[in-house]
Order: sequence, then structure tokens, then C-alpha cells
Amino acid sequence: MRIAVLSDIHANREALEAVLDVVEELAPDQIVVLGDLVGYGPDPEFAIETVARLVSDGALCVLGNHDEAARSDRDRLTPNAREAIRWTRTRLNDDHRAFLAALPLSITRFGCQWVHASAYRPESWDYISDPEAAMRCLAASTEPLICCGHTHRPTVFYSHPNRRPTMFVPRDEIAAPLLARHRHVIVTGAVGQPRDGNPAACFALLDLEEASVTMRRVPYDSEATAAKIKTLGLSSWLGLRLLIGR
Amino acid sequence: MERPKTVSEIKTVSEIKTGSKIKTGSEIDGFELIEQLPSGGMASLWRARHADFDFPLILKIPFLDPGQDVSVIIGYEVEEMILKRLSGSHVPRFIASGDLAELPYLAMEFVAGVSLAKRTEAAPLPVEEVVRIGIAIGTALTDLHRQSVVHLDLKPQNVILAERGAVLLDFGLARHADLPDLLGEESAVPMGTPAYIAPEQVLGDRTDPASDLFALGCMLYQLATGEEPFGRPSTTAGMKRRLYHAPRPMRAIRPDIPAWLEAIVARCLEVDRSRRYADAAKLIFDLRNPDQVVLPRSNRARPGGILGWLKQLFDRPSEAALVGTAAEGSRRAGPSIVLTAVDLSDGATPLAAAILAETQRLLAARPDSWLACLTVIKTDLVKETQYADSKGNSIYVKRLVALKDWARPLHLSEERVSYHVIEAVSAADAVLRYAEHNQIDHIVIGARSSSALRRHLGSVSTKVVAEAHCSVSVVRIKGAAGEQDETRPTQRA
Repeated sequence: MRIAVLSDIHANREALEAVLDVVEELAPDQIVVLGDLVGYGPDPEFAIETVARLVSDGALCVLGNHDEAARSDRDRLTPNAREAIRWTRTRLNDDHRAFLAALPLSITRFGCQWVHASAYRPESWDYISDPEAAMRCLAASTEPLICCGHTHRPTVFYSHPNRRPTMFVPRDEIAAPLLARHRHVIVTGAVGQPRDGNPAACFALLDLEEASVTMRRVPYDSEATAAKIKTLGLSSWLGLRLLIGR
Repeated sequence: MERPKTVSEIKTVSEIKTGSKIKTGSEIDGFELIEQLPSGGMASLWRARHADFDFPLILKIPFLDPGQDVSVIIGYEVEEMILKRLSGSHVPRFIASGDLAELPYLAMEFVAGVSLAKRTEAAPLPVEEVVRIGIAIGTALTDLHRQSVVHLDLKPQNVILAERGAVLLDFGLARHADLPDLLGEESAVPMGTPAYIAPEQVLGDRTDPASDLFALGCMLYQLATGEEPFGRPSTTAGMKRRLYHAPRPMRAIRPDIPAWLEAIVARCLEVDRSRRYADAAKLIFDLRNPDQVVLPRSNRARPGGILGWLKQLFDRPSEAALVGTAAEGSRRAGPSIVLTAVDLSDGATPLAAAILAETQRLLAARPDSWLACLTVIKTDLVKETQYADSKGNSIYVKRLVALKDWARPLHLSEERVSYHVIEAVSAADAVLRYAEHNQIDHIVIGARSSSALRRHLGSVSTKVVAEAHCSVSVVRIKGAAGEQDETRPTQRA
């Protein structure tokens, strides 16, 4: 079974379209969206409507912290993100809000737990950016494999009982093996706002038969997205970071 | 393979009663166990056969008893992961692996040959044999490192001298640049074999191909002298001694060892990786061309007297500073060995100058790169070759002088350049043979103008481009293309 995993779309239409073109060609057995459809980016309606269509076609989708902030009035976000989420709220209609409101925090299927940030208290949006955070996540789950996003940096953690997990940044486009005697946390890179220094959109292709995960990179017209951000009067940093992948 | 299992799903070995399953004559996934071979404490080794394979096989079955050191399991996973990605004649061919949950094993080709451990027992060996073994292992390392793998546990027990060359075994401690380093989390404890482990490995660095060259240096030292250069320390502190103390000079143990071999091995054993061979190709070249090895002018200079001793004591650099930095950055920056072939039969032509400029650009990419300059004296199969001009001067010497003069503007130190005048019927064949033999990374060659005759017969550069196993830069004088006299280079610049 091959699963395309898309995370952190962040209302980036150009990136999402480019990624979905590639996904369509790959024809995976399943699509999973790991949350943060909105926030930061200029096209929240498009992102929600596109993912809603994927879900009606059988895709799974979980809730991200920006999605939660967009559907409520609470915003525990950084200043840039807060400004963007307030603007996002003004763009959403009842259908959009209803779709976000129906998203679960976590789904367990195909022998894997799917969650936006971490299996450890998913609602507290922990960042899995070091082996300790990965250990917390693994301890909170019974699944051999946990797939998340949230950090915008592709990483795979390999965990063996009684050992600190090995943190591994997989090379783009090169399959990282999943090992029989290990449990794994896969942190998928971001579709709509990569922060690993490579501005190309990222999604993960998980192959359960081959027991591997590959971080696929899709270059897209980030200048167009940045120009939209500028036109809308959102923070200029939100456009700039798309160009440099930070 | 199947989907990863939770730990609770994985049966322990005792549940599967492997003891009753593994014995002579038993069959595992179609592999028939023929005979148990002697092995270390990590796995049992079996000669095996399989109906689908018409060559002898080996089954390596790790000891996974409950309570067994976890690094055995991880080492097994590392070896499986890496071996199945390796190819070529210098590793055993990977056949299959068993399900870790049922019965883990690695099935691979049985490599016939002599274990280097066996030859090491007979050390000291004749210099020619030491050199031959060094070239064979160096060639295997070039191939391994090209595939992004560092062995990290090179020792005589892990080398088979086979008919097809040296074959490297046991990748349980190896590191693949594109794969997670599952053993890295343990690197507070040095992982490797104390007699051969590189100083940076003792400090926990598991990334550098130069570590394998250090281990090769240890083996060559042992083969030549009969002694291990650093003994077999059993503690980390003991292993760290090699950061501070150079081994006895080889010629102090065995005076008939040539100075060039001592210099080559000493360069493998440099603590500072920036002074070690950056890759195996240059080591092979030196072993093949002893006359080109630059001998150290004196032993390591040490400040003399009590003051000097005190200064050394207090100026001790940190361990990390001693081992220097890995050459990985420079390895990516450009070719390590550049071969420039230049035709000087017409003197210093504009084309020769353009070839020089291109060579300079390539060498500039990488400060530790190295240049082999080659010029070919054409010989004739039918006519008798002239070895001297009308005044009786040697053509060979004249050409060598011209070659050195051509390269002079590069201002390369003698360690970075070598000169070769080769007699050959076909210049292209000579260049290709030289490049292949010496693991050249990049060839620079000139192309004269294109002419109808040249297109018909094929030029030297065309043949080199078509048949070389590495990158080739073809240098042309811009605007010189077009119908030209076949024999004379264009004078337009």
C-alpha cells in the first residue's frame, strides 16, 4: 500500500496544485492530509475546498493548530501567525468552518497513527524536533508508526526499546527504510511553507510493502504566492520565507 | 519486508525455537544449510545452497537471544540495510534476508579466496605483496566510497583476497550517507576494532571515508612489519593514545622497507584527516608509482629541549582539533584527481594554453586535488620509432621538459602534480588506459578543429569522450571550428 502524506498546506494554492499534480501521477492507494490547511497563506478557501474534495474521495484529514485557531476565536499563535489567522477568519464561510470543525485531532488506520503535531497530547501541539519529543510521542501511542507534520522539517525518528531514538533527516527523493525492529515517527515536510532551507513543496510517500518513506520535493511558483501575500497586505516575511524555504 | 511491527508483536527467538531449526541439513526459506563455519560472537555463519542460485551461498544468522546486547540486533539491521544497496565485485552479492520477526538471516554469495587474516599470520610479507594487497583493498574502497558507504570496521578478518580482487565483508558497523546511522546514538563508546580504528572514530565521528584509509594504513603496516601499529588497546583511553603518539617508523622495525612505502603508510596513519589521503585513488596511484611519492624531508619537527617539552605539554590542542575536519566538503567541491592530456608535439600552441586554463579552473575548486599531466609520444607499428632527434637528444626527455614547462604556470607544489610521457600507438587508448588504471575523476583534453577527415577517422578527444568512465572536459579554441588543416592547430585565439 502506498500513501501520499500531505501536511501544512497553509493556504498555499500554487504549492498544493503542484503537489496534487505529482500525487495524481503517482496514483497512491490513499491520501492523508495532516492538518494546517490554512494560516499564513493567501488562499484558505481554495485549500479547504480542495482538501474537502479529497476527503469526499476517500482521503483522511486531521486537524492542525492553525485550523483550530481559524474555526474558533482563540489564538495562541505567534504574532505573524495571529495576524494571518485573523485575516483568514474573515475569508471563511460556514461550510469552511463546518469542515474544519469536523476534523479529528488524530486518526489510527493502516497500522499508523496520523496526527498533526504529536501523539503526546495532540491538542497541545508539541513540536517533534528532537529525540526527546519523539520519545514523548512514541510513549503516548501504541502504534509502530506515527506520522505527523507541524515542524515543517522532514525528519524520521527510529526508536528501539530502551534507546534514545535516532534522528534522521532523509535525503530528498531518496527512500528512507522503515525497520522491522524499530518504531518510527515520520515528520512530514510542509507542502505550503517548507522551513528546511529548500523552498520546494514537500510531501511524503509512504510505501508499507517496501517499508520505506520518501520525502518528495515539488518546485512551484513561490513568487506568485509571495506576490499575493504582498497584495493582500499580510506580513512581508510570510512571502519572503516561501522564497527561501525558512 | 512487511509493515513495521510493534515490539510486542515481535516474537522472541526462543519462541520460534531456532535452536531446533538451525542445524546442518535444515532448510530455511529454501536455503539448505550445508556446513557451519567458524564465526565471531555476533552471528553464526553457514555454507548454504538454494535451488534458484547456481553458486555457493552463505547464511549469516545473528544471535538474538533475549538478553543479547541490543547492538547485535541493530548491527544486523544496519548490515541488511547497507548490503542490499551495495553492488559490484568488491562486496558479496546480497541474495535475501529473513523476516526479523520469524528468523532473521542474511543470505549472500560465498566469496572464494584467501582471507587477509590468513596472509596477516604470515607477516612480514614481501614488499611487492604488501603493495599488491594495498592496491587491491584501495580499489575496493574506491568502489565502496563511490556508493556512499564507509565500512568503519576494516580489518584482515573482513577482507577476502579473491580472484576478482579484494572483497570486503561485514557491514554491521558501516555507515551509508543516505541512511540513518542507527549506531550513532551509541558513539560515546568507540565502535570498531581497537587495532585498526581511526582516531576520529575513537572520538565518535562515523561519517568519514578517510577512517577506512586509516584502517588500511594499519593493515599495510602490519603486513609489512608483522606488528600492529597501535597494539590492541582494550580501553577508550588506550585507543586515544593514537591521537598523540605516532607508531614506530616501519623502517625501524624492518630496515629493508623502502622509504616510499613508509611515507605512504604514514600518510594513511595521519591523525589529522586533512593530511591523510583524501581518497583511496591517490593512495593507489602512489602504490603504483613509487617514484612519484614525495618523501618527507624530516620527521615531525618537535620543539627541542625542556622548554619545548613544556610548551608541548601546555599547548596540547583539543582532541577534536587533532583529528581535523572531514574532507567531505572538498570531496563534493570538485574532482580529486584530474588527468590532463596535452599534445606538445607542436610546441606551446594556443590550444595547449587553453587546456592549461581549463585545468587551472578545475584544480581551483578543490585545494587538495591533484593533477596528472600526460603527453603521448606517438609510436608507429610499421616504421621504427625515433627515440632521438637529429642531434641525438632524447625525445622523451625533451617532451618531459616541455610538459613541466607547460604546467609551470599552475604553480603546483610537487605533492600535487605528476608528469607522464607515454609512448603509444593510439593516444586515445593511452589516455583511457591511464585514466582507468589510476581512478581518474576528470579528464581534460583538447580538440582541434573539426574537419571532414577528422570526422571520418574520429579524433582522440571523440574516442576519449565516448569511452572514458569519468567526466571529460573537451577544450576547443572558440571560433576555430571549421575546415582546417588536419595536422596543424589553429593559430587563431
